[in-house]
Amino acid sequence: MSALLVNLAYIVAAVLFIFGLRMLGSPATARSGNALSSGGMLIAIVVTLLSKGIVEFHWIAIAAAAGALVGALASRLVAMTSMPEMVALFNGSGGIASLLVGWAALFGADPGVGAVAPFTAVTIFLSAMIGGVTFSGSIVAWGKLAEVMPSRAVVFAAQRLINGALLGGLVICGVFFALDPSPDSYFFYAILGLALLLGIMAVIPIGGADMPVVISLLNSYSGLAACAAGFAINNNILIVSGSLVGAAGIILTNIMCKAMNRSLANVLFSGFGAVKTATKVEGEVKPIVAEDAYLILEAASAVAFVPGYGMAVAQAQHVVRELGELLEANGCEVSYAIHPVAGRMPGHMNVLLAEANVPYDQLLEADDINPRMPNVDVAVVIGANDVVNPAARDDEASPIYGMPIINVDYARTVFVLKRSMASGFAGVDNPLFFGTNTRMLFGDAKASISALIAEFK
Amino acid sequence: MELIPVYLAFILILAIFLGFELISKVPATLHTPLMSGANAISGVTIVGALLAAGSGGPSWLATLLGSAAVFFATINVVGGYLVTDRMLGMFKKKTDDEL
Repeated sequence: MSALLVNLAYIVAAVLFIFGLRMLGSPATARSGNALSSGGMLIAIVVTLLSKGIVEFHWIAIAAAAGALVGALASRLVAMTSMPEMVALFNGSGGIASLLVGWAALFGADPGVGAVAPFTAVTIFLSAMIGGVTFSGSIVAWGKLAEVMPSRAVVFAAQRLINGALLGGLVICGVFFALDPSPDSYFFYAILGLALLLGIMAVIPIGGADMPVVISLLNSYSGLAACAAGFAINNNILIVSGSLVGAAGIILTNIMCKAMNRSLANVLFSGFGAVKTATKVEGEVKPIVAEDAYLILEAASAVAFVPGYGMAVAQAQHVVRELGELLEANGCEVSYAIHPVAGRMPGHMNVLLAEANVPYDQLLEADDINPRMPNVDVAVVIGANDVVNPAARDDEASPIYGMPIINVDYARTVFVLKRSMASGFAGVDNPLFFGTNTRMLFGDAKASISALIAEFK
Repeated sequence: MELIPVYLAFILILAIFLGFELISKVPATLHTPLMSGANAISGVTIVGALLAAGSGGPSWLATLLGSAAVFFATINVVGGYLVTDRMLGMFKKKTDDEL
């Protein structure tokens, strides 16, 4: 297949990616959008295989078969509660692939040419750097999400200084590498090492509840890495699709930051909860047992569930839906209020509730539910803490002051399902727990809700 | 010949602006599928990986790096699209309930 035909086919693939992404923006068309985009990918792959550049299929077949097997198994077997880990790993594999493509470009596709041009050398440096940071950063993010390493923010002295030095070292090595871009360049190995280290160092200080920001940022990086690899091998389709993904990731990152009322720099560089200056909350906690909670729910005509990461941990999404259906059968209006950063990745709660068969038009964003909150009889908070903390609205001294929250304290009654009185991720006391209209239902979220369901039956 | 980088940069800038326009209004419900779907698209680096692995060049190291890249990029592409499809298959409207 001639280079002309290949590039024309790449245009078709790019158009399919664009329409696919556009259709992913609406629930009704999202699934076909994803199919369209995968069709684009298939076209890009097939025409590349048919191009003159490829003469040796042996290793491709083995590597692609192995990769397809791993990818297919992972996507089928993963539990929806483990989705954040899965997305982190996929980001990482995209990053390492772009790093390797950049590295291989160093050897030049054409053996007669010799050393690569300085411009190509710079782009190889960029794909190795961004790809490396994406890879090691994603692995650390995965480790934190899967809790194989501490998910809290790891902050130590001179952290910013060290990261700055790493970045400076990368740029210096990049300059020396571009001056003499040979495959044996020690500077290139130094770039690989420094990039991997920088990725680790950059994600370590970011704590569990800030993960939605990190995941969407790493998503953006994986696109930018592909984009840099595209420059390294002069390939349009990589540049176009890579930058589309880069832009999508940046937008999501921005949405997540806004939902926490923090700047990206603040999320990336300062471990949350390091300072505790908020007004200490004093008061009496009023526990409630399932029998009494049932009586209140049974009389309620409007109930709003507010899920958080605790629902994911307890795998409580199915029992929550069951309770919701029982309440509806009882003539009650049921809604689900979802905060953008509830959970560990953008849209985490939405996916879990979708898995449990909750229709997506019952899920409300904070802006839609808040005006209706005074008319809600019972707000049921399931394993959420900081996103319902009234201190974010009222207490100017609170570290989370200014973060948009779901105003559950305006509901007539609030049930808080919680394991214990430990404070949330941000380490901030929650005045909600001491509110006069708040009742605490202690215990595992799934067990508590199952107990309520048992009362209904 | 020296203009090629400029053309590529031109494409890059336009594509970034297009990306911002495309994604700017996505409902929160679709944040996760959008992310994993975009992630699958970033697996397009498989095109570069195929070219590196199959060029038949003299360097075995380049072939090795390319093959490893094919492996990782394929995980990204196949896994990303399938898992996005699986998630989107679960999203239902209330009206579909009785079906």
